Amino acid sequence: MARAVTTQRKTLNTILAWAVGLLIFFPILWTILTSFKTEAQAIASPPIFLNFDWTLENYAVVQERSDYMRFLWNSLIIAGGSTVLGIIIAVPAAWSMAFVPSKRTKDILLWMLSTKMLPAVGVLYPIYLICIELGVLDNRAALVVILMLINLPIIVWMLYTYFREIPGEILEAARMDGATLKEELLYILTPMAVPGIASTLLLNFILAWNEAFWTLNLTAVDAAPLTAFIASYSSPEGLFFAKLSAASTMAIAPILILGWFSQKQLVRGLTFGAVK
Amino acid sequence: MATQHSRSAARIMMAPAVVLLLGWMLVPLTMTLYFSFKRYLPLRGGDLGWTGFDNYVRFVSSSAFWPAVQTTLLIVGGVLVITIALGILLAILLDQPMWGQGIVRILVIAPFFVMPTVSALVWKNMFMDPVNGLFAHLWRFFGAEPISWLSEASLPSIVMIVSWQWLPFATLILLTAIQSLDSEQLEAAEMDGASPLNRFWFIILPHLSRAVTIVLLIQTIFLLSIFAEIFVTTGGAFGTRTLTYLIYQRVLESQNVGLGSAGGVYAIILANIVAIFLMRIVGKNLDA
Amino acid sequence: MGQIQLNQVTKSFGDVQVIPPLDLTIEDGEFAVFVGPSGCGKSTLLRLIAGLEDFTTGHIEIDGKDATAVPPAKRGLAMVFQSYALYPHMTVRKNIAFPLRMAKMDQAEIDRRVENAASILNLSDYLDRRPGQLSGGQRQRVAIGRAIVREPAAFLFDEPLSNLDAALRVGMRMEISELHKKLATTMIYVTHDQVEAMTMADKIVVLRAGHIEQVGSPLELYRTPRNLFVAGFIGSPKMNFIEGAEAAKHDAHTIGVRPEHISVSAEGGEWKGVVGLSEHLGSDTFFHIHETGLAETITVRADGEVAFRSGDTVYLNPRADVIHRFDANGLRIG
Repeated sequence: MARAVTTQRKTLNTILAWAVGLLIFFPILWTILTSFKTEAQAIASPPIFLNFDWTLENYAVVQERSDYMRFLWNSLIIAGGSTVLGIIIAVPAAWSMAFVPSKRTKDILLWMLSTKMLPAVGVLYPIYLICIELGVLDNRAALVVILMLINLPIIVWMLYTYFREIPGEILEAARMDGATLKEELLYILTPMAVPGIASTLLLNFILAWNEAFWTLNLTAVDAAPLTAFIASYSSPEGLFFAKLSAASTMAIAPILILGWFSQKQLVRGLTFGAVK
Repeated sequence: MATQHSRSAARIMMAPAVVLLLGWMLVPLTMTLYFSFKRYLPLRGGDLGWTGFDNYVRFVSSSAFWPAVQTTLLIVGGVLVITIALGILLAILLDQPMWGQGIVRILVIAPFFVMPTVSALVWKNMFMDPVNGLFAHLWRFFGAEPISWLSEASLPSIVMIVSWQWLPFATLILLTAIQSLDSEQLEAAEMDGASPLNRFWFIILPHLSRAVTIVLLIQTIFLLSIFAEIFVTTGGAFGTRTLTYLIYQRVLESQNVGLGSAGGVYAIILANIVAIFLMRIVGKNLDA
Repeated sequence: MGQIQLNQVTKSFGDVQVIPPLDLTIEDGEFAVFVGPSGCGKSTLLRLIAGLEDFTTGHIEIDGKDATAVPPAKRGLAMVFQSYALYPHMTVRKNIAFPLRMAKMDQAEIDRRVENAASILNLSDYLDRRPGQLSGGQRQRVAIGRAIVREPAAFLFDEPLSNLDAALRVGMRMEISELHKKLATTMIYVTHDQVEAMTMADKIVVLRAGHIEQVGSPLELYRTPRNLFVAGFIGSPKMNFIEGAEAAKHDAHTIGVRPEHISVSAEGGEWKGVVGLSEHLGSDTFFHIHETGLAETITVRADGEVAFRSGDTVYLNPRADVIHRFDANGLRIG
């Protein structure tokens, strides 16, 4: 039973928590604010917090100069493609592990996880070389496949933990009712697991969107997503604060919103269910 | 518990995932191992034959190796200490009754969803720039000389950026763990005469130990391979070259694939040591 | 239509044999109950019949045709699960219609059968609700509805009442019995509750550790239990077992007397003891009698009006014609 707390104490908690929360959020807030300033106001001393002339000019300039839409499109394709592909491959695998477990299921699951621990830099050159040999360097499809493989263990794990919560008897009932394996997956398991599949989709989309090792190292122009787009602001454009802010805001806004919806899945997905 | 038919179906349905991951693991790993025993310089003569353990010895004895190890340890260790200590405090704070709890949580979580290149660039330019950065303004306001963060205090700067990114993760997991603590336990301790500090020390902290271990292991694995934050801030200069970055430079910048691959093998071994501990915990959880 | 025959069936999980070789025939139209303590293999046996598990050896005939290799859906059996296993994302109507949809039946026929099943089971008003909006008893009926629309050769029930509260259980017990009368279809019913077995079954199959201990009608099992296990399992309160000198008087290693076959009086009788605990049910009173020198406790069932207090000395008279005799191996004599 939660106990009643004095209003005084609650007020104190509220003030403290909001102060800390705003402090942590401040860099993001500052970036968003700066993106609406002119370049002069962005570096004004002392800094201007709110009373500046709001302008959308930076967004227009960023789009015009570096074709933001193309990077956005690449990010969407790479993150979306790798996640959907991963789910299509992972659903049957997770079904097998959750509903037809064998003695080796646990070992296979842990082994899959362990591939996630493989440091990317350890296999950078082989992957680089394979991409060159296959002629798929700076290629969206190649990145879709690579990011899918990187996140596949997490996808399988998340789906597995969600599937395990679905009583096996319901699938057996479907089998008794004459459903084939395909019908069982399509009409019973998938609809029942919609919340779990959606969470998995969300978290892995975010992870793929923010992935910044392979996307930086294996792309140049054609397939470069937003991570590379922003990295190109490293210098000297980085000194144009307002434009950097506009570009950054455009790169993080979609995912920030998705991310807020997926807090719970984050815990579940990234700790592999070890913290509940 | 199933029929022969469903077991064979299960094997077939598992096959694509298993085969893909097996390929993803074995093919590059074998190639890395192969290259690590070769003198291989793609731009300067290509494959120059076998060299035995030469690359391994050279990687370790190069003047860049130990500083890189030290940098890696400092970054990983610093970020872990900061995120876990602050994470526990923040989790306890967020667990208290207050108004607008949901919004505060959203504010605190937000940095995790910012892509690494963005957060590195925003910090580098808008906060740490010695002329126009916010910190410079702040320092000047107090009459101090602005610091050129990323060259004079490069390591603490990077630790700070990375901590900001990972604090939400630690907080969220620790908060979840705290919320799973049975409040009757705390009330029982209170009845037994435990002060708030005692309750934190003897009830809350032991309850969190498992979550802390998990944060520790998972963050270690991710932190060992941070890349973008260094790539866009210092490019490995000013003593911020980590092991990961050193290997990256050997392979792609100086195109010494053999040497880089040997480094890669070291990195894989290192990551696996951490991974084994993580697997143990996760595996135990699987039985429950 | 629905005769089910198991021949030399065994089942092992890994090295553990949970069902030793077993033969069993269930006749068409029969209500057969598998009963036994938990872990006795009764659910496994049911799942083997359903086809949800493979036999390790042996084979099954349904309707005189070998069905050993036939997948569950093709065996013409319908199953009602312990958890009901309703599809939570479908309405009651869609739940009941699911097996028919899977059989690619035309929509008009599906509607007709669903309406019919719903009216038999008093579900007509709930057809558009989801399982989550129904009470336990209603869910149970939906699960049964999903089974009957298929017009199966036999129904399989896996402890269907164990999730209901006591009052509902009695009601559902009668509904299922009535359904059996109406449909006259073979039913196999698994339970650990001997009361359910006694009240519903045409034929009871008592199982222990995968072995069939006895097969027979409820009264056969009550009157002539084949061994100590069945004697102790069927009947409530449990049969009293007495060993030693008293048993030797009847030329047996152990004798068994049911509590309802012992009369208790203050005046005199064959055995003497002291009243310990008494349980008053209103209609009946169960006395636990100690210090008889026969067994630690002798349970006696008496009329609800009989009043003895803890510590009273009483005399017990067993009915001589219903004393069960067992040999040293626990098997019935005579």
